[in-house]
Amino acid sequence: MTQTLQILSAGPGVTVQDSGRSGYLGQGLSRGGASDVQALHEGAALWRQPVGAALEMAGFGGRFSSDTPLRIALTGAPMRATLDGAPLIWNASHLMPAGSVLDIGGATQGCYGYLTIGGGLDLPVVLGAQSTHLVAGIGAPLCAGDQLPIGADHGDTVGRCLDVTPRWGGGVLRILPSLQTEVFPKEQRDRFVSSRFIRDTRGNRMGIRLVPEGDGFGLSIGGSILSEIIVPGDIQIPGDGAPYILMSECQTTGGYPRIGTVIPADMPRVAQTAAGAELRFAFVTRQEALAAEEGYRKQIAELPRKTRPLVRDPADIADLLSYTLISGAITGEEEP
Amino acid sequence: MPDGFPRIDSVGLDGLLVRFGDRLDEAANRAALAFRAALEKQTPQGVEECSTSLVSAFVRFDPVAVAPEALTTALSQLLNTRDWYAEPLPDGRSFITIPTVYEEFYAPQLGEVAQLAGVSIDEAVTSISNSRVRVTAIGFAPGQPYLGALDPLWDIPRQSALTPQVPAGALVLAIRQLVLFTNAAPTGWRHVGQTAAPLFKLGAERPFLLRPGDEVQFVSVSAETFETMKAAGDGGVVREALT
Repeated sequence: MTQTLQILSAGPGVTVQDSGRSGYLGQGLSRGGASDVQALHEGAALWRQPVGAALEMAGFGGRFSSDTPLRIALTGAPMRATLDGAPLIWNASHLMPAGSVLDIGGATQGCYGYLTIGGGLDLPVVLGAQSTHLVAGIGAPLCAGDQLPIGADHGDTVGRCLDVTPRWGGGVLRILPSLQTEVFPKEQRDRFVSSRFIRDTRGNRMGIRLVPEGDGFGLSIGGSILSEIIVPGDIQIPGDGAPYILMSECQTTGGYPRIGTVIPADMPRVAQTAAGAELRFAFVTRQEALAAEEGYRKQIAELPRKTRPLVRDPADIADLLSYTLISGAITGEEEP
Repeated sequence: MPDGFPRIDSVGLDGLLVRFGDRLDEAANRAALAFRAALEKQTPQGVEECSTSLVSAFVRFDPVAVAPEALTTALSQLLNTRDWYAEPLPDGRSFITIPTVYEEFYAPQLGEVAQLAGVSIDEAVTSISNSRVRVTAIGFAPGQPYLGALDPLWDIPRQSALTPQVPAGALVLAIRQLVLFTNAAPTGWRHVGQTAAPLFKLGAERPFLLRPGDEVQFVSVSAETFETMKAAGDGGVVREALT
């Protein structure tokens, strides 16, 4: 039976995202993929399925339904979510019965929420991925009336949850030197790591603008730097002196000077830092960055084992009295 | 070979950049293209993806699978195998003619550019449209080419302020180079012509129209012809193999 997820309504930034497409950098196409890759892994972990595509919801979700029962997992930035009016716990998996309406509202913390469906999304692979790449015009934001085909779901477990590392409040980002770091005068580099920055309201899948607390940054030779490779995490200083951290859909080359590069392990936190939150920077050594990367990958690999049964607090169950509380024993279907 | 080059630098945790110069130079551009082609043929362990920009080749690798020091050694060894600045252009290149309209409505800054170069608008069109330029790099946006080098006459600086937006297909000029925009974008370069070339077309047999090393001529057409070609969807682009 063909299963589809119906989009009844959607916020302005709901897109299909996976780990992105590798191999097209030389043709000017950046990798793209989920802004918070960790949340993608958390969704997959709740299903114990390989990481695939999920719906990435920038700031606001939407209303969803299906003619068949679906298993849903909610990860990333916590959002107000209800199923037929009953509140749903975030960072958990749930059953979405046929005909029910899943309503995901605004983020209460962070930026990007993720909806992962058991069985994955059965969408065509375009240039090696299912990800929408807005800048390249591959796919488009989802809107009311869209129907997404769902892959065959061979699992049946729901009601698992995951304790996740909070990453919604900014903090210190670890950076490595970039191609032009040494070109910045020492005064600027020192000031860069001692300054506080506020995450601006201007930010998207290409980049996030930061407002420095004091004077801006920049180079007098800024206009004459040869256009060179850009990678996600690069901190680019454009003409107005306010840094941009480049994200997964960034341009592939550019001529603005870059003062440093955020290490990959801290990129989920960059993506999830909400407007108004404070960020700072600290240079780390390559060894420290590598240790952070190994730690990050280990943590990702351990996610499936960290899921546990979702135990509902009876106080949260509005219709407690309608539950058949003592109809017998444990089902025995609980996963080991 | 420019002083101090080629050199290898780190790009974040998982990138290395092999630079063949610090300014646009024909031999350094060729060296970068040839080096990347060699890397694609014989990819060192741990390498996930390669690309080139104007005079450099970039390598993205898995930093857990391979130590950057080991990869740097492998890249240095490859660098030492030959004089990359004497290498030929890549195989399988094409010569592509892209019909371009240079009338004022479509090319609002051509007059300004002609004035900066000290020529008439007609002379500017003749010079640009007769130039056979080479794709030196693809970058910024999907399939978006940097092309050069134009006659020294066209060594004019970028604007101090950005043009808020030029349309997709816009041909812009600065410092003896041309860029053809894949998408509408702001730019510091001046808008001197308009094309309808599909630089990146999903689902096409060849989704990316141009490759580094290809040669391009932006032949002049009338506004009427341009509009007809634009409506046809292919922009009137003609490809011919270079041997």
